[in-house]
Amino acid sequence: MTTVVSRPRAASAYLPRLVGLATVILALLLAEAIIRIGWISQFIVPPPSEIAASFARLFLEEHIVHRFFYTVGECLVAGVMITVCGVGIGVLMHRVRLLQQACETWVAALASAPFVLAYPLFMVIFGRNAWTIIMMGFVSGLPPVILKTIEGISGTRRVLVNVGRSFNLTGSQQFRKILFPAAMPTIFVGVRLGLVFALINIVGTEFLINFGGLGQLINDLAERYDLGGTYAAICFVILVSVCFFMALEQVERWLRPVD
Amino acid sequence: MPAVSDSALLKVDAVSVRFDTAEGSITAVDDVSLTVKQGEFLSVIGPSGCGKSTLFNVIGGLLGNHQGEVRVGGETVSGPHKSIGMVFQEESTFPWRTVRDNVAFPLELIGMPKEKRSERARHFISMVGLDGFENRFPGELSGGMRQRVSLARTLASEPKILLMDEPFAALDEQTRLLLGDKVLQIQQQIKQTTLLITHNITEAVQMSDRILVMTYRPGKVKRIVDIDLPRPRTSEIVGSEAFGRYVAQIWNDLREEANRGLRDEEKHALQRGSGTA
Ligand SMILES: Nc1ncnc2c1ncn2[C@@H]1O[C@H](COP(=O)(O)OP(=O)(O)OP(=O)(O)O)[C@@H](O)[C@H]1O
Ligand SMILES: [Mg+2]
Repeated sequence: MTTVVSRPRAASAYLPRLVGLATVILALLLAEAIIRIGWISQFIVPPPSEIAASFARLFLEEHIVHRFFYTVGECLVAGVMITVCGVGIGVLMHRVRLLQQACETWVAALASAPFVLAYPLFMVIFGRNAWTIIMMGFVSGLPPVILKTIEGISGTRRVLVNVGRSFNLTGSQQFRKILFPAAMPTIFVGVRLGLVFALINIVGTEFLINFGGLGQLINDLAERYDLGGTYAAICFVILVSVCFFMALEQVERWLRPVD
Repeated sequence: MPAVSDSALLKVDAVSVRFDTAEGSITAVDDVSLTVKQGEFLSVIGPSGCGKSTLFNVIGGLLGNHQGEVRVGGETVSGPHKSIGMVFQEESTFPWRTVRDNVAFPLELIGMPKEKRSERARHFISMVGLDGFENRFPGELSGGMRQRVSLARTLASEPKILLMDEPFAALDEQTRLLLGDKVLQIQQQIKQTTLLITHNITEAVQMSDRILVMTYRPGKVKRIVDIDLPRPRTSEIVGSEAFGRYVAQIWNDLREEANRGLRDEEKHALQRGSGTA
């Protein structure tokens, strides 16, 4: 009985993934064909099979694992800074209404600003080292955390605040025991967005200033005109970001209580 | 009734509340006075929008700009009073805490050690009939169960006066009756002095020693009815003849007010409609 019921359900659960995978493979085959035919020059984009073959080289000759951890380290430092400062500033802006009214709009504007363009300024300030990269990630990841912190705290349901008042909570208890925990899920969304922004900008800056982890590797390979390697490295970065994003979503689901 | 002593534990004296809105100022509560004696169960009943929640907030000390005075055991209330425990109309459990930690919240505030407050929390959880759900989160519970968690959380602070604002309004009739039984049981068990706000006549008659009927806009006291039904009561009393008489009497009072409320709302809707046309 159960097998009869569960089999179509299992199939329907896997079907979207299978079709998704099939479309990717199909797209790759199509690209392979178009490039082999010569509609796109092999000197601009190497065929996917060549890119795939280059992956091994990235691990054996280019120490991509080591570079990967370098970038991850930069992201971690930036992530901690984003979380601490973003939540702190968000809380402060919520507390001081004037500050919130005055600054919320331009923080929102900063969230969509292309910070990568400011890299020369950061190089002048911090020099050509990891700090420039980390600070670029930090500045670009900060606005979403600030905004989501404010949103989370001020979005706390009125009745929960009233429960706190009815129990005679002090201001700081009200914040620690009600406002902050109520805002946690929203704050985490902000941190997730911030980390993704930071990752993008960190790899971008590494590429631009030719320093550090994965971004520099892409720059190196491109300058050596190693097209297969360059595209393989780009694919690697994309894979890393996708995995990173999915992992964060998992953590978020796990942290968020059912409501 | 031996459990009810003569001393007034809660005294509301000529309380009025006005709100200034875009359409002018409205009097939500007008010159309401009432007393609740030690151990007594008083219900305040009135049609939707008559100012019940406003009165609730004034007594609970959450609303500042009112006229008149609220006294608890002789002390004038200005801000939330530690003798009053509130259960709110809306769902108010903390979704980030388990049932146990929700109920233990007031115990945590007074700095009770962890072991002891778990034990106390368990006591109140079983009082509202939620044994076995200690480690669940509110999101995993039904609306009725969440409301019981809120009730247990307020009971855990052992308030001298339990103040409830339509705690079961959002529930279906069966759940409401059964929860009513639970509240009656608890009330008989710990002699809890209670002020219940409701718009449900059956609920009010089933539980109360006295019922205060409010008028619609402005919210005044229309009548106070003594409910002389024997205790202990259960939801079975709902079928009795005396019960039916009380319900009919209060419905008579309320019908007028509810009608006025409906007409008033229709008039407002019409005005708004013609205003925009
Ligand atoms: N903060 C406020 N500002 C302006 N008007 C308000 C405010 N709070 C309540 N009112 C008005 O006061 C009146 C009484 O509201 P209240 O919430 O006390 O009614 P209620 O009896 O609790 O109704 P219900 O049974 O629907 O909960 C309503 O007409 C409402 O519109
Ligand atoms: Mg109400």
